[in-house]
Amino acid sequence: MKAKIYITLKRTVLDPQGKAVTNALNSLGFNKVLDTRVGRYIEIELKEKNKQAAEKKVHQMCDQLLSNPVIEEYRFDLD
Amino acid sequence: MKTSKKKFGIVIFPGSNCDHDCFHAVESVMGQQTVPLWHKDSDLQGADCIILPGGFSYGDYLRTGAIARFSPIMKSVEKFAKAGGPVIGICNGFQILLEAGLLPGAMLRNTCLQFRCQYVNIRVENTDTPFTNCCQPGQVLRIPIAHGEGNYFVEESQYQKINRANQVIFRYCDEFGIPTPESNPNGSLGNIAGISNKAGNVVGLMPHPERASETILSSADGKIIFESIVSYLTK
Repeated sequence: MKAKIYITLKRTVLDPQGKAVTNALNSLGFNKVLDTRVGRYIEIELKEKNKQAAEKKVHQMCDQLLSNPVIEEYRFDLD
Repeated sequence: MKTSKKKFGIVIFPGSNCDHDCFHAVESVMGQQTVPLWHKDSDLQGADCIILPGGFSYGDYLRTGAIARFSPIMKSVEKFAKAGGPVIGICNGFQILLEAGLLPGAMLRNTCLQFRCQYVNIRVENTDTPFTNCCQPGQVLRIPIAHGEGNYFVEESQYQKINRANQVIFRYCDEFGIPTPESNPNGSLGNIAGISNKAGNVVGLMPHPERASETILSSADGKIIFESIVSYLTK
């Protein structure tokens, strides 16, 4: 089973990188870009057939290491 | 009065690069004893104080300090800290303490998106810690920084809490000791340059006192941090 994990900064946290990307896109002429949030994408191969068990494990991984709950939030897909 | 040397344990992670600056400051400048602590070990070898030095542990992969915090030595450092032992994290060491949950908050990328390597002024906000007891309240120290992620962040409610509990130990300021937006090199919340835990025995700061401990290095202001630790341990 493969977990596709998306980690982003919380909405309440300023994203300096995203801000710079917004400015760069605007200067390229993409004037309709209002905001950009830059995050992290992680793919994990799991030796696990049970979807519920896999979900539980990925939550643990995200909570313990992959994301920092002070500044980040995460979501993931399993397939 | 005791004259015996105090033992400073300096942790070395793969990617630490300020460990030797710390050895030099503690041993050659302060005349104290040091012991290197390898990240894979778990014995603190009877150290009186633990220093987590600066650098780029584990290449800053994932997040700064995120992987180093799981090193075997960190389990012992956490135990030592919980028992009241003095622990100081400098730069990457600060980031590791945050990731380990020994200090509140997290680091974001500098708002300027640049790696900042420069001298800054920091104001001592709390002199009642093992690391600042030789400082005057409000004393301004000129110490260098070198980091890309020193933009300290914590939720507003938590910020109020650490403010009230005097856990903000250093703030970036101008040469007169005023924390201005211009004197903030990284966008850090409340100009925070260093904080402590609630008990005050764990401190993290982004500036490098070990790089400013001799006049030949153009500032000896950082030496007072090490003097404070020795004075605390000698009491």
